[in-house]
Amino acid sequence: MTPFQYTRANDVADAIKQIATDPYAKFIAGGTNLIDLIKYDVEGPSRLIDISHLPLRSIEPTSAGGVLIGAMVPNADLAYHPVIEERYPMLARAILSGASQQLRNMASTGGNLLQRTRCFYFYDTATPCNKREPGSGCSAIDGVNRINAILGTSEACIATHPSDMCVALAALEAVVHVIGPAGARTIAIADFHRLPGNTPQRDTNLEPDEIITAIELPPKGFSANYSYLKIRDRLSYAFALVSVAAALELDGETIKEARLALGGVAHKPWRSTAAEAALLGQRADATAFAKAADWLLHGAKGYGHNNFKIGLARRAIMRTLDQAARGTPQSISDKKIR
Amino acid sequence: MTHPGTATPAARIAAVPEKIPVTLSVNHKPAKLVVAPWTTLLDALRDHLNLTGTKKGCDHGQCGACTVLVEGRRINSCLTLAAMQEGAEITTVEGLSRDGELHPLQQAFIDHDAFQCGYCTSGQICSAAGLIAEGKARTAAEIRELMSGNICRCGAYPNIIAAIQQAMERS
Ligand SMILES: Cc1cc2nc3c(=O)[nH]c(=O)nc-3n(C[C@H](O)[C@H](O)[C@H](O)COP(=O)(O)OP(=O)(O)OC[C@H]3O[C@@H](n4cnc5c(N)ncnc54)[C@H](O)[C@@H]3O)c2cc1C
Ligand code: SF4
Ligand code: FES
Ligand code: FES
Repeated sequence: MTPFQYTRANDVADAIKQIATDPYAKFIAGGTNLIDLIKYDVEGPSRLIDISHLPLRSIEPTSAGGVLIGAMVPNADLAYHPVIEERYPMLARAILSGASQQLRNMASTGGNLLQRTRCFYFYDTATPCNKREPGSGCSAIDGVNRINAILGTSEACIATHPSDMCVALAALEAVVHVIGPAGARTIAIADFHRLPGNTPQRDTNLEPDEIITAIELPPKGFSANYSYLKIRDRLSYAFALVSVAAALELDGETIKEARLALGGVAHKPWRSTAAEAALLGQRADATAFAKAADWLLHGAKGYGHNNFKIGLARRAIMRTLDQAARGTPQSISDKKIR
Repeated sequence: MTHPGTATPAARIAAVPEKIPVTLSVNHKPAKLVVAPWTTLLDALRDHLNLTGTKKGCDHGQCGACTVLVEGRRINSCLTLAAMQEGAEITTVEGLSRDGELHPLQQAFIDHDAFQCGYCTSGQICSAAGLIAEGKARTAAEIRELMSGNICRCGAYPNIIAAIQQAMERS
């Protein structure tokens, strides 16, 4: 690995003070993405500021009736927390469909939001990549782009955000709490990740001198009618080709509220107000689900190897909405899609 | 603040950083090390403490061969720094047996012939110890899912599952 210094942050104030002194320093939490990227020479921090010991490990109720999750809560602890299992099972299942138990034991809630793309060329320093080296070009657009995006792409970058957890957080409309030199602020999850545009080197709207302290879940968890369906090349321990988080509030068979987010298809979890509005007041059936899928995939574009994702996403959206409506969410261990 | 992107090695750092002292507890024995900051826990175990039972397969979190227990929880030792584990209790495959008796999982792997080349085995066993402690898996399907972070290139999976089931029943 390329040499770097290592320091520990004593508290949040110390962490932001330390990062302000060195533009090439980076925080390290679980380390599962950053250490990997340093080994590949994709990231080259001068210093790692260890924030993994900060006391940001609690899961607490908020006065608004939601839940506040500390940024250092390990992914596994979050997924198995009784309140999350009971009230936000879609989030629990999305987390458990990602990575492996070893990685979930290490990975932090904050780090999961900031994990970088798995685009092959981003990892391969011998090839041009605008995200890794702005202005060098995008090797994926005319390259092996099977895993790349079909929505919200730009001429500069067609990478996807690889997180499963974030797809559920998008559907739940979570809020990210951050602190920087200018003080604390909150960012809606929809505004947290960016589209690539002509600055694909920026994944998120978090400033490099800010630290994520917590993720807030609003009261509504849609625990009766939800599903998270992840389609991938093997049955476990693989990133999503397409994933769907679907949550419904039903009055009999009529849809009162709908949330729908896609993973594996864009630079951020993909939602569409039109798709969700199209479901409102409708009977929860295939006709309504097909309309929502059309809206959600409106403008989808393949780049050759990933053309299949459009049809796959359409079928996955319909299936996940059906699972949600029936109250039979996709199982994590039984791999049959019913 | 600006977004530096990927810095050139020269821009990153002026001088090679000094080694740092790290104290771990490995298999219930204190281990004092002086390591380069970028030393992973895996390299610390293998190269500094000569505990070569823990294997390096991919070095990127993709195979599970490096699985050890930190405070009883299974992790990939290739994706954490030794310095980040200061003061932690680490259990490797060398620390599983008690008073000369094999750990039930070690015995079960022998009973079920749950390996061929053996390269993944220490990771499988440490991972399974973590799995049993977590208590989330009951059925074979659940064991398979929660053991998916351990790849076996020899394909000994059916016997590995059988071995874990035996150890689970007896624990
Ligand atoms: C083999 C493998 C398979 C995987 N499969 C999946 C999968 O299927 N689905 C999935 O969703 N994920 C998957 N992952 C990714 C995994 O979920 C992420 O690596 C993990 O969530 C990152 O969290 P971390 O705490 O380890 O982050 P780190 O590696 O510690 O940090 C990541 C980035 O976030 C920054 N950072 C961390 N915490 C903070 C904070 N609080 N404030 C500000 N900045 C911060 C760091 O500076 C760094 O830039 C996989 C990873 C591996 C290695
Ligand atoms: S898609 Fe983005 S990450 Fe992949 S090569 Fe192109 S610029 Fe790089
Ligand atoms: S060596 Fe750590 S997961 Fe492969
Ligand atoms: S026994 Fe050879 S890799 Fe598992």
